[in-house]
Amino acid sequence: MIEAVGLTKRYGDKTAVYNLSFQVRPGAVTGFLGPNGSGKSTTMRMILGLDNPTAGHVTICGHPYDKLPNAPRQVGALLDAKAVHGGRSARNHLLSLAQLSGIPARRVDEVLGVVGLHEVAGRRSKGFSLGMGQRLGIAAALLGDPQVLLFDEPVNGLDPEGILWVRNLMKALAAEGRTVFVSSHLMSEMALTADHLIVIGRGQLMADMSVRDFISHNSADFARVRTPDSEPQQREKLSAAITEAGGHVLPEQDGALRVTGLPLPRISDLAHDHDVRLWELSPHQASLEEAYMRMTQGAVDYRSTVDQKEGLQQQLPPGTQPPMPVPGQGQPGWYAPPPPQQGGQPFAPPQAAPAGPYGAPPAPAAAPAANPYAQPPQAPQSAPQSAPSAEPTKSEDAR
Amino acid sequence: MSTPQPPMPQSAAAEWPAAPGAAPSAPAPAYPTYTSPIPVVRTHLGHALASEWTKIRSVRSTMWTLGVLVALVVGIGLLTGLVIANADPDLGGESPLSLGFFGLLLGSMCLITLGVLTTASEYGTGMIRTTMVACPSRGRVLAAKALVFFLVAFVVTLVCASVVGLLHVSLLEGYNASEPTGGEWLKGTVGVSLYLALLGTLSLAVGSIVRHSAGAITIMIALVLAPLVIALFMFSPSLSDVQQALFEYSIPNQMSIFYANSLSESGPSGWDPLWIMLVAAGAALGAAFALLRKRDV
Repeated sequence: MIEAVGLTKRYGDKTAVYNLSFQVRPGAVTGFLGPNGSGKSTTMRMILGLDNPTAGHVTICGHPYDKLPNAPRQVGALLDAKAVHGGRSARNHLLSLAQLSGIPARRVDEVLGVVGLHEVAGRRSKGFSLGMGQRLGIAAALLGDPQVLLFDEPVNGLDPEGILWVRNLMKALAAEGRTVFVSSHLMSEMALTADHLIVIGRGQLMADMSVRDFISHNSADFARVRTPDSEPQQREKLSAAITEAGGHVLPEQDGALRVTGLPLPRISDLAHDHDVRLWELSPHQASLEEAYMRMTQGAVDYRSTVDQKEGLQQQLPPGTQPPMPVPGQGQPGWYAPPPPQQGGQPFAPPQAAPAGPYGAPPAPAAAPAANPYAQPPQAPQSAPQSAPSAEPTKSEDAR
Repeated sequence: MSTPQPPMPQSAAAEWPAAPGAAPSAPAPAYPTYTSPIPVVRTHLGHALASEWTKIRSVRSTMWTLGVLVALVVGIGLLTGLVIANADPDLGGESPLSLGFFGLLLGSMCLITLGVLTTASEYGTGMIRTTMVACPSRGRVLAAKALVFFLVAFVVTLVCASVVGLLHVSLLEGYNASEPTGGEWLKGTVGVSLYLALLGTLSLAVGSIVRHSAGAITIMIALVLAPLVIALFMFSPSLSDVQQALFEYSIPNQMSIFYANSLSESGPSGWDPLWIMLVAAGAALGAAFALLRKRDV
């Protein structure tokens, strides 16, 4: 059980964490999310007593970290896989930690076996790959068999087998009744691992809820409806009927309809009443990534932009269109379709716009209002010598 | 620790005395908790000492710096002894122990380096965060580091100084060298070894304050050499007092006092250098303790 109350940390005039209060409960994996520089690592360091909070306090099982009787037997942490002396062998590194907290030395070989490093235990950790370093860090966290575990980006640099192992390890640890607190940027991984989410942005709490609630609060669930391609008038008819019944319809690129505001059976009934055949009627829930992007897009400190290569690029031949930017580059809002509930503008009619990766909707060029951070879509035109970006279908235009 | 303990809900917690500042009535946990089958022990300085001993013996920098120290002290001692013995000199009643001074002066650089690395390398690699998570009582870690380093440095220097002393005495027998007295032996081996181990401990404290290996080593080497170099360039007669003091209290001169061949007749004498270095190392360690407690890791 980790409990933070009004946690605040200032470095000079920069506030890294402001008035953060949350609880991390045992028996569940709690994900800790936030953009780069949002204060995740600072919070973890304060939990572990490495940084002193400017205000507020944080306790583990009711004690501040430095008042815990034998803290490493209560709390295990992986903060940074590189936080080892590279000249020391893995076994000696763990042995020194075990001795420091009064853990029997044979436990060292046990955890080396658990993380699969027993064959390289005698090698100096300087030569370890990132994934091996992560395993060594996880071994150090497990050394004291603690009831509270903190992991900062545990799957960084791990191979797929390692990622699966970490995922199962977290779940198994939580199932034993331990408190597991994990920060990560890999949304797909979090969606599979975490039961509960704590999201911070710019050092402040943005959400503290279960993964399921988080997704449904921060994205629109919708139904995809497809009418026969050969009969566009059926599509028009159904759209009108759904709008009349109080639903919202967004046409998708490939001719399907995205319907919100009506339950699936009601859509089916409407289609039946209006004598429209359906090829598809399927429920869709947004991914954790979409929900996360929508929530944090206002709290991102470090944002990528399109590489303009100003003045370094040959003039485009007259009459050619500058290429569209690849979705996601310099316009972070592409992840988040405008919420239909707020009467957001429909997507631009299907055009030559490239489809985003992951089958996400195309760049919402027609919805700048929904995303104040997105670049204006005219940006490439205003810089005619802009780079032919890596967009494959358009690259021949740029030549 | 005889105060009655409030009943703790966790079985493992019952073994611990109530931590100061803990809520006296812990609410019963509404959630399942995990209890480790490995027995929980109360940690103390002994655990930290074992850990620091493992750390200092398991990195190559220790072997390198101590190896160079032994090579310098014994090698230079052997060379000077052989050269002087071959020249068929008249030592004029001097103690042959004083020839060990040159090797130890150079060897002190190795102790400075090792002392700084013992603390500062943990900051350079980030290991300090792992250490401090494993032992939240930061003072205990620094105390263990200082103790382990001091003992290692003292033992190694003592062995080297004794070997070189015996070597010189046996090589230079019969060249009108005086037989060293018991007091001279004590000062020339134990005294100078204590002094150098304390110099290394001062470096360790500086390393903990500066948190940067190269920076701390530079500061310490400057501390050893700068007073002599600065004094060399003080030509003005008005500064002669300062010049004299810089010569007398420079670390090489303080070391030579253990062999009773100081650069001057005034200034520290006898065992004074040891007390000076003890106070300096103690003050630096005190500052390191205070900063360690105050600063973020």
